[in-house]
Order: sequence, then structure tokens, then C-alpha cells
Amino acid sequence: MTAKIQAQRDLVAIRKLIAEHQRWDAIFALIGLACLMIGVLTFLALFIEMAVNGLPRLSYEFFTNFPSRRAASAGILSAWVGSTLVMVVTAVVAVPLGVAAGVYLEEYAAKNWVTDVIEINITNLAGVPSIVYGLLALGLFVYQFGLGQSILSAGLTLALLILPVVIVATREAVRAIPQSIREGAYALGATQWQTVSDHILPYSLAGILTGMIIGLARAIGETAPIITIGALTFIAFLPPAPVTAEPPFLNFEWLTSPFTVMPIQMFNWTSRPEAAFQANAAAAGFVLVIMTLAMNGLAIWLRYRLRKNIKW
Amino acid sequence: MQVQAQLALKAEVRGLSFHYGEVRALKDINMALHEKQVTALIGPSGCGKSTFLRCFNRMHDLYPGNRYEGDIVFHPDGLNLLGKDVDPIEVRMRISMVFQKPNPFPKSIFENVAYGLRVRGERNRRNVEEKVEQALRGAALWDEVKDRLHQLAFNLSGGQQQRMCIARALATEPEILLFDEPTSALDPIATASIEELIHELKQKVTILIVTHNMQQAARVSDYTAYMYLGELIEFGITDDLFIKPKMKQTEDYITGRFG
Repeated sequence: MTAKIQAQRDLVAIRKLIAEHQRWDAIFALIGLACLMIGVLTFLALFIEMAVNGLPRLSYEFFTNFPSRRAASAGILSAWVGSTLVMVVTAVVAVPLGVAAGVYLEEYAAKNWVTDVIEINITNLAGVPSIVYGLLALGLFVYQFGLGQSILSAGLTLALLILPVVIVATREAVRAIPQSIREGAYALGATQWQTVSDHILPYSLAGILTGMIIGLARAIGETAPIITIGALTFIAFLPPAPVTAEPPFLNFEWLTSPFTVMPIQMFNWTSRPEAAFQANAAAAGFVLVIMTLAMNGLAIWLRYRLRKNIKW
Repeated sequence: MQVQAQLALKAEVRGLSFHYGEVRALKDINMALHEKQVTALIGPSGCGKSTFLRCFNRMHDLYPGNRYEGDIVFHPDGLNLLGKDVDPIEVRMRISMVFQKPNPFPKSIFENVAYGLRVRGERNRRNVEEKVEQALRGAALWDEVKDRLHQLAFNLSGGQQQRMCIARALATEPEILLFDEPTSALDPIATASIEELIHELKQKVTILIVTHNMQQAARVSDYTAYMYLGELIEFGITDDLFIKPKMKQTEDYITGRFG
């Protein structure tokens, strides 16, 4: 009888102890939720405020008008065209360089201290302030190479900026491929390049594309390096069209054209005293955020689509 | 049959030692592979049987710090597979391998089996199709997959995947086929079908198989080598080795007193 009572007492004591411990679960869950909300709600508040201020300004004309002295008729035509063209250059330069470098590091480079040093430095490069890239580009691309304050200079600058992101994404995607796949290819007599081009690259495509888009989404919002190399803040003409009606149909003059980009247009309007221009800035900001979110969405979708056939 | 088999050697291992960096994983191994016979490598985990197998197609060359000593002489041309001037890719083109776990490429069944041919630059569609069919028939898989050759190989069951990997290895008509514990990831029924397949394949190709399963070695092989701690303890005709082993160590292992 006493044994039974004792057992019941023990049970009560244990339940009390568990309840006490579980209180900490609840407390931490609350703290964690609050921390999460600080981040999410702040972004949401900013975004909603921007949307409220900017949405009334969004119209077809806003996208097809050049900037103007009169806020009501000012638009972002030169800015979004400029941003798009700069992104094209950035992608065309950064992706082949980054993918080749990443694949080389993972598949070809000897595993020694030199490789380790290079790897550490690439990771660090991702943390270098973007203005530093701007200064470098000003000296190297704008003056040394004589590319001027052009779309080409801007694209190259941003390509340098996102190169580490592309390299790291490539390396992670390549590293995720099981060694058994490589051995399977080598065992059939494949050379290193056959293994890379037939297996490693196709199977890591999803990760590489995701890295590229995330890099571009970062680059599209960059302001400091673009200002440093001398983008115009007020521009009322478009670069020459890349595609023409007559042969040879492609025209590369746009590469050397002066330009502006979305964040600079925004910055320009924010620095104006009139409230109407603030609304323009909010509208441009809204468009920029939507562009970035759309790119990230595309990255997620591509990843899902391309990984569907790959199981490891 | 036995006499004839003993006359024709496919490969001779002479004084083979192997080092992973400073670690000596194989010690002075001498043995022979008989043509169109199955030779099994048995021994406890870590005895070096997989390491030994992977010397034959120079898989160790993929990783830095590995070093071979001694020769593996390949017949009939007398090529030393481990020779410094012999390209491992050339070796792998003549000696195929099937791995422990099925390792299909994330491609179609057809492209998986055809990959060895693609590597060799075979562009003729008809040739590729013919050889893929032949290989799949050889691996006893053709009837099961002939209507879905262009589906992903991942959709096959584990046993089918492993037979597809065997077809992939067969498609290039290798002279030796290496199996590294090919059934360790499979259920008993799939295992039985692979064993049956190995039995049929030896009419065409010389086979070297690593297995941790002694019954399997007894069932599929003509010759067996017992290895322990990187050394070849005993090598002989499978029936002899299992019925009256010459070495005490071998006897202890196969009677289950150790390992």
C-alpha cells in the first residue's frame, strides 16, 4: 500500500518537473516568435508604406516616361531599361566566370593549402563593401580600360560584386552531387571533362541558376558602386537598341552608352524636397522590390522544376 | 573445364602493395584471375578486399596520396595495369565496375546504359541502340524495361537499378567485370537474380567479385581468395577452400569462429 502511495508521489513530482521544464519551451517559443516578427513586421511595414505612397503613382505612363522636372509626368523608363541592360551584362559576365571557377575549385584544383587560401578569400570577397568594388571599377574599367561611365562598366562592376555568390553557389551545387555518380562516370572510362560536362554541370544546374538569380537580385539593388563609377542621375534618353531591323540585327553601341538604374533614380527623387517626388520614389521603390521578389520567386521555381528528376 | 581454366589467365597480380598516404592497406599480394571464371574476394570488414578490387580499374588514381607497388599483368597483351605510363582511363575502358549501391545517373535508362558508348565517341544511333539492347538483355533486364527505355532510371526498383548498372558496365564489352559487394543494398530476391546473372555472365567475361557473404562466394565463384588485414591469406578453387582450407585462419573465418 505504502509502495503504491510512494509511486504516486513520484509520479506527481515528475509531472511537476516536466511542467516546469516545458514552461521554458513556451518562453523560448515566445521570444523566438517576437524576434522573428521584428524582422518580418519591419519589412512589411516599410513595404506597405511604400505601396500606399507609391501605388497611386503607378500607371502605364510611369513606366514609359523619362524623368522630368514635373513630378506628375516623371517616369522610370530610363531607369528600368538601364537596370535591365546592366543586369544582362552582369549575368553574361558573372555566370561563365563564376561557374568555371566554382567547378574548377571543386573538381580540378589539388586539395592543398593554396586552394584553401583561395577558398577562404572567395568567401571573404562576398563580404567586401560594395563601394570598394565601385572604387576599383572606377580606376580599372572607367579609366584604365577606357570603358567610360557606361553600361558596360556598370555591368562589369556588378559582375565582380556577385562573382563570389555565383562561385559559392556553384561549389555547393557541385559538392551536393554524390561521389558515387562521379565514380560511376569515371569507371566507364570518362575523362574529367566528360564527367564535368555530362554529369556535374547538368546535375548542378538548379543550384547554379539559383545562385545566379540571387546574385542578380542583390546586384539590381546596388547603388553605391554604380554612383561611384558615375551613372547619371538624370537622363532623358535611352541607350541605342540592342536589336535592329537591318542586318546584322545586333547592335552593341548600347554597351558604351551613359545610363541610370532604378535605385539611383529612387535616390535622386528621395533627395528632392517636394512631396510629389517622394511619392515617385516610393513608387520606384515598390517596383524595385517587386522585381527583386520576382527574381527570387523565379529562383525557387527553377530549383523546384530542375530538381524534380534528381533524387539525392 | 578446370584444366582449361587453369591454363588461361586473364590477369596476374604480382607483389601488389597499396598505400593510402602513409597507411599500407595491401601487402604483397600475389594471385591470378582465370579467364571467364568468377573469382570471389572474402574477408572481414576492413581487410582490404574493396581496396584490392579498385586497384584493377585504377579507381584509387582519382584521389591524391594513393600509391601502388607491384604489377597487375593483363593478358593476353601483357600490359601492366599499374604501370606509370598506362593511362587509368584506358584501363577503365577495358575493365568495368559495378558498385556496392546502385548508382544510376539521373538520366533515362537508355542514356544510362549508353553512357559508356558515348564516352567512346559512338555517334551512330543504330549501333548505340543495338548495343544498349544487347547489354540490357545480357543483364536480364530487357523484358522489364523495353517499353520504358526513356523513363528515368530512378523509377526502377533497387534490384532493377543494379541490373541496369550491370548493363551499363556490359555495354562496352569489358574484358573484366568488377563487382564491389553488388548485392549488399538489395533484398534476397533481387540478390538471387543478380547471383544468377553473374553465373551467366561468366560465359562472356572474367569476373572479380567482393562479397561479405560467404554463402554468396560459395554459390557464385569458381575461385576464392581470403584476405585479412591487407594480406592474401589463401587463394584457391572455391570448393577446396571451403571444404578443406589449408590455413587455420581461413578455416576459422569460414566456420564463423571469427569475423
